[in-house]
Amino acid sequence: MNFLTQPVPLSWFLLLSAVLFSLGVVGFLFKRNIITVFLSIELMLNAVNLSFVTFAHQWHAVKGQIFVFFVMMVAAAEAAVGLAIIIAIFRARGTLAIDRIDLMKR
Amino acid sequence: MHVILFALFAVFCLAGAINLLVQTHPINSALSLIVVMTSLAVMYLLLGAEFLAAAQVIVYAGAVMVLFTFVIMLLNAGREERTRGSSVARTIGLPAVVVILAVLATIILHVQGLGNTSLGQGITTTEELSTVLFHELLLPFEVTSVLILIAILGAVALARVEGSSPDDAERTGQ
Repeated sequence: MNFLTQPVPLSWFLLLSAVLFSLGVVGFLFKRNIITVFLSIELMLNAVNLSFVTFAHQWHAVKGQIFVFFVMMVAAAEAAVGLAIIIAIFRARGTLAIDRIDLMKR
Repeated sequence: MHVILFALFAVFCLAGAINLLVQTHPINSALSLIVVMTSLAVMYLLLGAEFLAAAQVIVYAGAVMVLFTFVIMLLNAGREERTRGSSVARTIGLPAVVVILAVLATIILHVQGLGNTSLGQGITTTEELSTVLFHELLLPFEVTSVLILIAILGAVALARVEGSSPDDAERTGQ
């Protein structure tokens, strides 16, 4: 039962953050739907936020948490604009598959 | 207790993130991202960031993901097409991700001086947070509100149907 009362090392939080970030990158590279690609970006943002909070806890720095607060606000703005762009793309091209949105490749 | 909470919600986080990648339907991906975000809110609580945990649930798991699910349902997004994807992503992207993860994990595991955390230790109250926010960082906070305003205007301008200005709607209404 000694194990259960042990504190959690902060490196575990950082490892979780790194793994979540890598999964986000994999999703960004390999998903073929524009909305899912956008969801992967949100996943990466969240993973970085977890690192920020962990280091804020390590150094007892309140400003690290405030930075996460700002990241959340900017991410909310980014989600609004990004989804508006997705709606505009869907109106113009009629598809959400990123393989078919290739006007700039030609 | 702390270890159990961490292990449980870390598993939720990873399962949600992997499910996001495996699912082919965007709505399932969005719902599993909500699981990830809510579990991350518990992580913030474990790290003593109580205000951020609340903000994570309200802003991310609430507002942003409602926007996502709303757009998915509005566009009637169907099943994802299985294509082979770009060869660059497969040949360079995947090894690069593995290398980055390996480097990060090695650095994190070898770093000295990282502390521990246990329940009820090092809690940042909302009072401390707001004191710093509204005394030292007031200008960035106010500038962010301008950013949000511009984002709203941009979203409205982008999502508007081409050729239908508000004037037209008024004219046809009369």
